[in-house]
Amino acid sequence: MTAATRTAPAWAAALGRRLSGGANSRWFPYLLVLPLVLVLWGFVVQPMFATFRESVSANGSDNYLQFLSSSGVARESLFTSLFISAASVLLCGIVGVAMAFLLKRFHFRGRRLIEAFILVPAALPPLIGAVSFQLLYSNIGIVPRGLQALLGTEKPVLAFDGIAGVLVVHTFTMYPFFFLAASAALAGMDPSVEEAAYNLGAGRFRVWRTVLLPMLTPALISASLLVFMTSLASYTAPLLFNVSQTMTMQIYINRTNGDLPMASAYASVLGIVSIIFLLAMRWYEGRRNYQSQSKGISAVRREITNPIGRWLAPLASVLATLVLLAPVAAIALVAFSEDRSWTTEVLPPTYTFENFVTIFTDPKAFEPILNSVQMSLIAVVGCVVIGVLIAYAVRRLKFVGRGLLDVAVMIAWALPGTVVAINLISAFSTGNAFSFGQVLVGTFWILPLAYFVRFLPIVFRSSSATLALIDPSLEDAARNLGASWLRAFYTITVRLMLPGVLAGALLAFVHGVGEFVASVLIYTSSTVPISVAINNRMYSFELGTAAAYGMLQVLLIFVVMWFSGRLESSRTATRRAEQWTN
Amino acid sequence: MIDVRLTAVSKRFAKSSDSAAVDDVTVTIGAGEFFTLLGPSGCGKTTTLRMVAGFYFPTSGHIHFGDDDVTHWTPNKRDTGMVFQNYALFPHMTVAQNVAYGLKVRRVSRADQARRVTEALEQVHLAGYGDRRIDALSGGQQQRVALARALVIRPRTMLLDEPLSNLDAKLREETRAEIRRIQRESGTTSIYVTHDQAEAMAMSDRIAVMESGRVQQVGTPHEIYYKPANAFVARFIGRSNVLSLPVTGATDDSVAVRLPGGATIDVGAPAGHGLGAGDTALVSARPEHIALGGDDDTAAMRGRISHVEFTGMATNISVDVDGNEVMAALIDAPAGLQLGDVVGLRLVPERLWVVKP
Ligand SMILES: Nc1ncnc2c1ncn2[C@@H]1O[C@H](COP(=O)(O)OP(=O)(O)OP(=O)(O)O)[C@@H](O)[C@H]1O
Ligand SMILES: [Mg+2]
Repeated sequence: MTAATRTAPAWAAALGRRLSGGANSRWFPYLLVLPLVLVLWGFVVQPMFATFRESVSANGSDNYLQFLSSSGVARESLFTSLFISAASVLLCGIVGVAMAFLLKRFHFRGRRLIEAFILVPAALPPLIGAVSFQLLYSNIGIVPRGLQALLGTEKPVLAFDGIAGVLVVHTFTMYPFFFLAASAALAGMDPSVEEAAYNLGAGRFRVWRTVLLPMLTPALISASLLVFMTSLASYTAPLLFNVSQTMTMQIYINRTNGDLPMASAYASVLGIVSIIFLLAMRWYEGRRNYQSQSKGISAVRREITNPIGRWLAPLASVLATLVLLAPVAAIALVAFSEDRSWTTEVLPPTYTFENFVTIFTDPKAFEPILNSVQMSLIAVVGCVVIGVLIAYAVRRLKFVGRGLLDVAVMIAWALPGTVVAINLISAFSTGNAFSFGQVLVGTFWILPLAYFVRFLPIVFRSSSATLALIDPSLEDAARNLGASWLRAFYTITVRLMLPGVLAGALLAFVHGVGEFVASVLIYTSSTVPISVAINNRMYSFELGTAAAYGMLQVLLIFVVMWFSGRLESSRTATRRAEQWTN
Repeated sequence: MIDVRLTAVSKRFAKSSDSAAVDDVTVTIGAGEFFTLLGPSGCGKTTTLRMVAGFYFPTSGHIHFGDDDVTHWTPNKRDTGMVFQNYALFPHMTVAQNVAYGLKVRRVSRADQARRVTEALEQVHLAGYGDRRIDALSGGQQQRVALARALVIRPRTMLLDEPLSNLDAKLREETRAEIRRIQRESGTTSIYVTHDQAEAMAMSDRIAVMESGRVQQVGTPHEIYYKPANAFVARFIGRSNVLSLPVTGATDDSVAVRLPGGATIDVGAPAGHGLGAGDTALVSARPEHIALGGDDDTAAMRGRISHVEFTGMATNISVDVDGNEVMAALIDAPAGLQLGDVVGLRLVPERLWVVKP
């Protein structure tokens, strides 16, 4: 049959056939991918360009020259940010790797206790985490004041402030990246390789230096990149510990001072650095690792035989567990303290249920919770629809530009929350094709949109991970039995993906409810989310109520953590860390 | 000269059941000997070898290297060269770096290192592979790198834990000859672990057959094959029929037994067998020492064929003798043996052996 002999209805029928050909037809993928590309372009990529345009709008390249000038805030902030990130990598690396060796290679009393709680500090939402560390270790913190009272000194003892405080927060919340990466690498390492080195005459130190550390290197490099990136994006810790000269803080300060072009310049620089790190990570991930699947009995944990060690180990374990649980305990304690009653005492002096009563009875106090839940739900619906489809397209379809689609989602993940916020401000403070000509900044919709952009990668990842475990031939089998593509996709693939998608959606929801970094830049007074309410209460010294909001979030997180732990027990540890730590 | 001596060595793992993984093992291994630990999975071969290497310490007993009591020495002080089952090559080093590792540890000069690495690689036929990455080698090549890495340090004892089990059948046979050649050339005392009895028979000077942590018999392949100490060894090494036959008389080194067919024959027996008239002896008869022949009166036994298989080299049959299965491997069997045929079987008396239960 030639084209000339085709009648119009025949042609339409051919088109229909092709469409129902689904995944196997050559141009079906593009039909599915086009809307996804538009969404990612419109809400992730295009806003980045808008920010860049904004940054050069007023006075051209002046804003960027400030980063090069020898003095001035811009350069200083860039350097401080880089310094904090590098120091965080170092500290997290030391703590994380030491913990991994201790817990995976040694057997001692109290080991399981530590293991049970090791991820707790990292699971807290960024604001709650930073607040709890402030309550514990800063100038006004419980520990320094406790030591002051104990030792009778004039000033709080061992108080962390400024950059040191930021580093404490980073270390506690990000060391799991190293811990989990190193643990996984140690678990995957063939123990006989280590034994071979001993057998050839190497002593313990030499085995470490020449065998263990080199074999851990890939894991450590990935973790370093991750920690560096996360530290660079960190905003809450510098905010609470008064380090104003970091990239993220400068974005915030310039934005609140109304200098949007300068804020945009900072955001562009930070965005580009983050994307470079993202690309470095993806490049590195494809490289070798030294996991091996040897049969036999895996690495034997060494008993601690040294008598001093035997004595110290349980003690140290209990201490470590206390430190791990202290942030949650501090939040819980303060949540029951009376607002404004706590001034210079070590612990809050008076306790009450009032804070929780207020939150649940005063409509004004309850509003932030409603707002957060509502906006997160809207964002999660978007994340699920788009995230699942992108995961399917990237994993299952063949089309030109597949890698780019994948990278675009991951850019949304790599961009710091502050940068996402500035991008959205730049793109949607005027009408825009992607907002159907509406101004979104200052409306209800801007926050759900920000949550959507920030947490789309979470749903994408967990969907993509479950999809990887589903045999593609299942869908083919359904097609073979006569199901259309849509039916096969819906009844087989989506059905099997459900647990993973649900876990991702729950996680996105929790993150949405706890979101602070982008929210604080773009919230409107009628849609104050919980985290901003907490921040405001902190400012007006209503610590009790602030902590009570925080406690509710912590409870939500533990419930969801427990629930999704049941949903997906087979997931790898590393992925878990990347999801929970933010 | 004795090179390695295990004296009443036992190993119990703390948390496993009350039975010992290695139970009261005593063996002596001579200098330059190729000594094999053979036994079914889980019998304690690896555990024994790892105690010699120093990765486990015995719960009781002693291990000597020459005059040194090394029972509690750490692995890196023992100067053994171990070849691991999965090779355990360092994945982040090249072939040459792997082989040089032990030399570096021993502070051998750079020039000597290079020379000895080259020699070792030549010895395992991998000359020119020095700069390869480990993952760019086939399984067989990796195996030879592991061998070179252990050999190059000229250890006082080589320890090999099923080094061939990851290779395919053909390569396995080639490599076992190769390992034996290299061992002969270097004259290194070697302890070899395997569960493959053919491999053990082909390679070893002497074999220790283990079961449930205990040594059942130590001997040359020939002794183990023709004079198994007990029913387990007889059945584990090759195939064997263990017949229960009534004893009619006995001397120090033989036992007279009555065959089902009625005839009485003398069968070789180990010293101190303790059997006398009226007892029942267990007699090991290899299938290849059983042939067709004899009618009702002269046959050792008669029965109905319950299984026939032609392998080319021989025809294996199973014959049902009064409810007991007897296996025979027939060379030049007459064509047309059928299931259900009733046949007579003859034995080769000088190849029979009395075993302990
Ligand atoms: N580290 C250990 N902890 C507890 N039990 C062990 C350990 N290593 C070995 N065992 C036990 O000791 C017994 C002997 O194990 P071993 O590894 O020596 O067997 P093997 O003869 O080498 O077997 P295979 O041929 O399967 O390698 C087994 O029952 C095993 O389960
Ligand atoms: Mg073994």
